[in-house]
Amino acid sequence: MSMAALRRLLLVAYTVLVFAFIFAPIVSTIVFSFNADRFPSLPWGGFSLQWYEAIFADATIQRGLINSLIVAGVTCVIATFLGFSAAYIDYRYRFLGKSVYLALAALPPTVPVVILGVALLTFEGRVGLSGTLQGIIVGHVVLSTPFAMALVRMRLADLDPDIERAAWNLGASPWATMFGVIVPFCTPAILAAIFLTAAVSFDEFMIAWFVSGVNETLPVRVLAMLQGQVSPRINAIGAIVFGVSITLVVLAQLLLGRMSGRAARKKG
Amino acid sequence: MATPMIELDRVAKHYGNHAAVAEVSFTIDKGEFIALMGPSGCGKTTTLRMIAGLDQPTSGEIRLWGRRLNEDAPWERDAPLVWQSYALFPFLSVRKNVEFGLKQRRLPAPERRKKAEEWMERLGIAGFAERGVDQLSGGQRQRVALARALALEPEMLLLDEPLSALDPHLRVRMQSELVRLHRELGITFICVTHSHSEAFAMADRVVIMNEGRIQQIGAPREIHRRAANRFVAEFVGGNNIFTGTARVEDDGSIALAGPVGTVHAPSPLEGGIVTGAAATLVVPADRIELAAAGTGCGNEVAARVVTVEFVGSTVTVFLETEGGGELHAQRSLHEMENTPLAVGQPVVARWSPQQGFFLPA
Repeated sequence: MSMAALRRLLLVAYTVLVFAFIFAPIVSTIVFSFNADRFPSLPWGGFSLQWYEAIFADATIQRGLINSLIVAGVTCVIATFLGFSAAYIDYRYRFLGKSVYLALAALPPTVPVVILGVALLTFEGRVGLSGTLQGIIVGHVVLSTPFAMALVRMRLADLDPDIERAAWNLGASPWATMFGVIVPFCTPAILAAIFLTAAVSFDEFMIAWFVSGVNETLPVRVLAMLQGQVSPRINAIGAIVFGVSITLVVLAQLLLGRMSGRAARKKG
Repeated sequence: MATPMIELDRVAKHYGNHAAVAEVSFTIDKGEFIALMGPSGCGKTTTLRMIAGLDQPTSGEIRLWGRRLNEDAPWERDAPLVWQSYALFPFLSVRKNVEFGLKQRRLPAPERRKKAEEWMERLGIAGFAERGVDQLSGGQRQRVALARALALEPEMLLLDEPLSALDPHLRVRMQSELVRLHRELGITFICVTHSHSEAFAMADRVVIMNEGRIQQIGAPREIHRRAANRFVAEFVGGNNIFTGTARVEDDGSIALAGPVGTVHAPSPLEGGIVTGAAATLVVPADRIELAAAGTGCGNEVAARVVTVEFVGSTVTVFLETEGGGELHAQRSLHEMENTPLAVGQPVVARWSPQQGFFLPA
C-alpha cells in the first residue's frame, strides 16, 4: 500500500471515529427506545413501540411537548424579526457607538445560561411573567436573537450597498424597497434563522427550568422524570427531540448552503 | 431666455470640513449630452448623485424646469441612474429587473411586460430575459442596467462611469451605442467619467471639475483648442505647456523665452501680458509638424527623437531640444509610415504661431 493511500485510510478512519464518538450516545438512545426490555442492555429484548405508546399516553409529557412547540414557534418568529432588524440597522446605518451596539446585540449567548436563567427569573418575577409560557418565550428570544442576527448579517454582507439606492432611484419608496428588495434578498437567511432559532428554543433547558414554573417544556419534563427514575421512556422522548432538532438544523444548513453556493458562483 | 432644464445654482456638498463639491453652478438644456469629467475625488460623482437626490446639497439649489428640487426624495424624481457597479437586483431575472421601475409606478402587468419587452429588444438582451443577472457578462449587465433605467422613459438619464468596467473593445462599441441612443431618444444624458477620450467622444458639452470646483465648461473642441487653465491643459492631455518670460514684439505678438528656446504666439485677446512677465504657452501636440530641415518661418525648434509611441492610429513623438527642453508631437500613423523616425534622429519641430495660446495668468 502506498503512503498516500495509507494516509487517506487513516484520515477516513479518524473521521469515522470522531463521528462515532459524537453520535454513539444518540444512536444508542434511538436504538434502545425501540427495545422491549426495561433496561438498556444487550442483547436486545426485541422490537417494541411500548415506550412511545407510554409517552403519548402521559399527559405531562404531552403538555411539555405542546409547550415546547408553542414556545419554539413563537420564539423563532420574534427572534428572527428582531435579528433581521438588528442586522439591517447594522447594514444600513453608520452611527456613533455602532461597535457597542453590535457587541451588545451579540452578547446573550456568551453569558453563561445559568446566570441568564437566574437573572430572567428575578426580573420576570418582578414584572409578573415568571412561571408563564410568555416568560419562557422572552428568555428564549433573548438567547436566540443573536443567532438570527448573525445569519442575516452574513447575507446582507453580500448585498451591494448601491442596490438599495438603485431601488429608490427607480421610484421605490423605502418601504417598497424593504419588501421588494431587502427581504426577498434575505429570504434564505430569514428561513434559516427561523429554523435555527426554533431549534435553539426547542432544545433549551436552563432558562426554561428557571422560569417555567408549572408550565414545563419538554426538556424540563425530561429532567424531572430522570430525577424520579430511569425509564426507557426517556429514550423515546430523546429520539423524538433529536428528530425535531436535527430536521430544523438540517433545513437551516440546506438554506445556508444554497445561499453560499450562489455567492460563490457570483464571485467565480 | 428659455428656462434651462436643469440648473445647479451654487451647489455645495460638505462632509465635515471636507468640501466634496465646493461650489458649482451650471445649466443643462433639454436633450444635451453633458459629461462631468475630472480626476477621482473631484466631486463629479457627488454632483451627479445630488441631481439624483441620493446626496443632499449642503447649500445651493438644484432646479428642474425652474422648480426647486432639493427636498424631493430620490424615489420622487425622474432621474434614473446607470450605476458604475450596475447595481442590478441579484435575485431577479433580467425581465424583472427591467420591469422593476415600472412596477413601482403601478403600471398594470401586461403594459409592464410589453414595455420591458420593447426595451430588452432594443438593447439586444431579449434573448436572455428569463436568466438571472448573475449569469450575464459585464457587457450584458450594462445593457440590463440601461434597459432598466430607460424603460421608465425618463426625461434625463444619469450615467456614473458607464464604461469603466467594460473590456476596451466593448467600451468603444458601448460608447457609440450611447451616442446613438442619445440621438434617437432626444433626452438629456448626464454622464460622469474620468476619461477625457470618453467625454470628448460622446458629449455635446464637457464640464471639467477639480477639487470640487468647475475648471471649464465647453464643447470638446473648444476645450481642446482653448484650455481655460493649466489644470485643464494638463488633464485633457495632448498639450505642450511652456512657461517662460514674455516679450511684447512690435507687431503686438508675444515672444516667449522658455525651455525650448524662444517661440512666438499671438497676444491673448484679453491682453495682460507685458514684457518681462512670466507667461504660460500651450501648443497642442497635434499641431506640431516634424520636418527634416527648417524653412525659416513660424516657430521652429531643433530637437532629437527620444521615443516614439503608437496608440491606435496616433503616433506620439517625444523630443528633446538642444537646450534640454521637452516637447511632444502627435501625428497620424499613416503620415508616420511615409517618414519613419529613429530614436536619436535630429528633426525640426515646427508650428505656426497661431496654433499656440497663452493661459490666463
